[in-house]
Amino acid sequence: MMDTLLLSRIQFAANISFHILFPTITIALGWVLLFFRWRFARTGLQKWMDAYLFWVKVFALSFALGVVSGITMSFQFGTNWPGFMETVGNVAGPLLAYEVLTAFFLEAVFLGIMLFGARRVPPWLHITATALVAFGTTMSAFWILVLNSWMHTPQGYELRDGIVHATDWWAIIFNPSMPYRLSHMLLASGLTVAFLIAGLAAFRRLIGDRTEGSALQLRFGLTLGAVLIPAQILMGDLHGLNTLEHQPAKVAAMEGNWETGSHVPLLLFAIPDETLRTNHAEIAVPNGASLILKHDPAGVVPGLNDFVAADGTLLHPPVTPVFWGFRVMVGTGVAMLALSWLGVALIWRRKGAEALPRPFLFATTAMAFSGWVATLSGWYVTEIGRQPWLVTGVLSTKAAVGEVAAPMVMGTLMAYLAVYAGLLIAYIGALMHLARRAAEGAPPRDPLEARSPAPTPAE
Amino acid sequence: MMTIDATTLPVIFASLMGVSILLYVVLDGFDLGVGLLFPFATPAERDRMIASIGPFWDANETWLVLAIGLLLVAFPSAHGVILTALYLPVAVMLIGLILRGVAFEFRVKAPQAHKRHWDVAFFAGSLMTALSQGFMLGLYIMGLGWTWGHAAFGLLTAGALAVAYSFIGAAWIILKTDGDLQKKAVVWARGGIWGVVLGMGSISAAPPLVSPRIFDRWFTFPELLLLAPLPLMSGALIALLWVALRHLPTRDDRFAWFPFAGATSLMVLGFAGMAYSFYPYIVPESLTIYEAASAPESLLIILIGTCFVLPVILGYSVLSYTVFRGKATSLSYD
Repeated sequence: MMDTLLLSRIQFAANISFHILFPTITIALGWVLLFFRWRFARTGLQKWMDAYLFWVKVFALSFALGVVSGITMSFQFGTNWPGFMETVGNVAGPLLAYEVLTAFFLEAVFLGIMLFGARRVPPWLHITATALVAFGTTMSAFWILVLNSWMHTPQGYELRDGIVHATDWWAIIFNPSMPYRLSHMLLASGLTVAFLIAGLAAFRRLIGDRTEGSALQLRFGLTLGAVLIPAQILMGDLHGLNTLEHQPAKVAAMEGNWETGSHVPLLLFAIPDETLRTNHAEIAVPNGASLILKHDPAGVVPGLNDFVAADGTLLHPPVTPVFWGFRVMVGTGVAMLALSWLGVALIWRRKGAEALPRPFLFATTAMAFSGWVATLSGWYVTEIGRQPWLVTGVLSTKAAVGEVAAPMVMGTLMAYLAVYAGLLIAYIGALMHLARRAAEGAPPRDPLEARSPAPTPAE
Repeated sequence: MMTIDATTLPVIFASLMGVSILLYVVLDGFDLGVGLLFPFATPAERDRMIASIGPFWDANETWLVLAIGLLLVAFPSAHGVILTALYLPVAVMLIGLILRGVAFEFRVKAPQAHKRHWDVAFFAGSLMTALSQGFMLGLYIMGLGWTWGHAAFGLLTAGALAVAYSFIGAAWIILKTDGDLQKKAVVWARGGIWGVVLGMGSISAAPPLVSPRIFDRWFTFPELLLLAPLPLMSGALIALLWVALRHLPTRDDRFAWFPFAGATSLMVLGFAGMAYSFYPYIVPESLTIYEAASAPESLLIILIGTCFVLPVILGYSVLSYTVFRGKATSLSYD
């Protein structure tokens, strides 16, 4: 029988994993919608409005799922992890409060105007509402990543009677890992949206949509992906170097490196064995890890065996999930690079997205949700990599869990998982349904419309 | 500059939390009530009912996030005690909120054949949310213990709150629609008002019986005079609502706003009574707001932000209700 600690961790992991899927889409999609809306206002071309109207539906759906799954988490701090707020509430509390005050209300209120107000408010207010919703989602990401980064690299506080008290808010907000983590997540959101747009547009073209609109969205998604992925690889590298400085045990687990030393190889494949404290079936690039982490083949890379207390207590995270999570994330990133650059090259050679070959469209469709895979595996790396700490060096995960009977946690966990599985299927199904409907309903336009004056940007 | 000492901060934050809860109960109350009335409406009426709350529900629900956030932030130890005691009803409520919230979107974006199922999910989610909130209210009044008696009282308050939400939901529909749907909503409200009377009566009877401290605060002189206006005003309001509902809808739609205003006032009065009875406790009879409060420097930094942001939030909330004022028509994105 699993204990309350493990069950509570699985439950929180399930909730936060389900939740993050949707903000990952809405953070960047808000700005993309603003871009579509602005292009339409500038050009008056219907294809931009079509893109806006299609993706605003996806935005509304994703936003609703993000809101309801986010509420679940704010309650679970109390129901499952009372020790968290009791110990670090003086820091976490204000950060969460600022998120609600500066982000949640802004996005929730202006979302109503953005979705349903196009005919009721002047165009400038509609564009402003769209911009404020995009700004709100980004602010929300900012505050929550400030808090999350502080949990990884806490500073600006002092302990009084075991309770954290804030001493320097500037140091808390601009803690060492925050700029890297925030940039990494914002870029991840951009990539998720880029491949989702390209993927659904490719799907539409595969099922016979020959419109300008689907070609435009395909080109837009691939171009956005091609631009963002090199930036993300660079940012990931910087984030890794920052982690090496502040959380070396996490990097050791990511690399699967047991002994501290120089000339450490980069493991492309391995099966870490935590009982024997070694790896099986290694496929390695000599000096690779030293080169990446220290930019020097002789660079010294920390090993996991440095993080074992004298009495045998492990002070490093579980190795297998961190090691493999990291490889899945990097592998997905490489696939994104290959697909988007090939796509841009093909579009350039063939003078447009209309002539992209079918196998390429299949591959793009298959990558529609690749951003989710990379984002989730990346979050597993960083969050499991923080264990056994909840707040590094301040509060252990074990100390924060609430005294709730294990069967009760198990029961609610099962209920959540069932709901989440159902909603995930419904969500992907609804997106495919919207894409199919757009593909079917797009071409035949009212011939009279061509003679009437072109739709003004005002509408 | 004004200085704020350590004892005023907990009061300020308890008041802010109280206002958030009250706003949530009124605002999301009418959303949830509309969901509870779904089974009584035809498919076409359902679309209009959804249209009447579509632009608002999300912001309305955010008041719950703010309330729980303030509890979390300002009274962290109470947050842990209350939420672990209410573990199961909280889980039911959260799943209800999830179902309700996503059904809004799915019912128009999923294939047409599935719409009926999402309507069921919308009703079921609203019902789960209303019942579990009522159940939590009951357990809270009883002091957060789990005995058969407490659970039975919880079931009573669960039913009472669901009826109260349906009543304010019907009042909202009277305000925001016309024609047959409006007539139907008047009938719903006439039925609901009996539930409100029973619910408010039974919830009011319990606290003094459970707690001698509350009994004293209610029934000794001169405190009695402080409390007396609440039941008197409630009684008067219910009588006025009763009369109004007999004459609604009027031909020129005058007084269509009255049931909603009356229902809101009733909720404010009920809430004031609760707040009066339980102060200064945040966990009934065991933890006061002064004992549970966070460090003053943390509260202060939130308060400063709140002073700037809350008026802005109220401002753009008013903007949103102004943009979507008048009778609800069908919603469209263009």
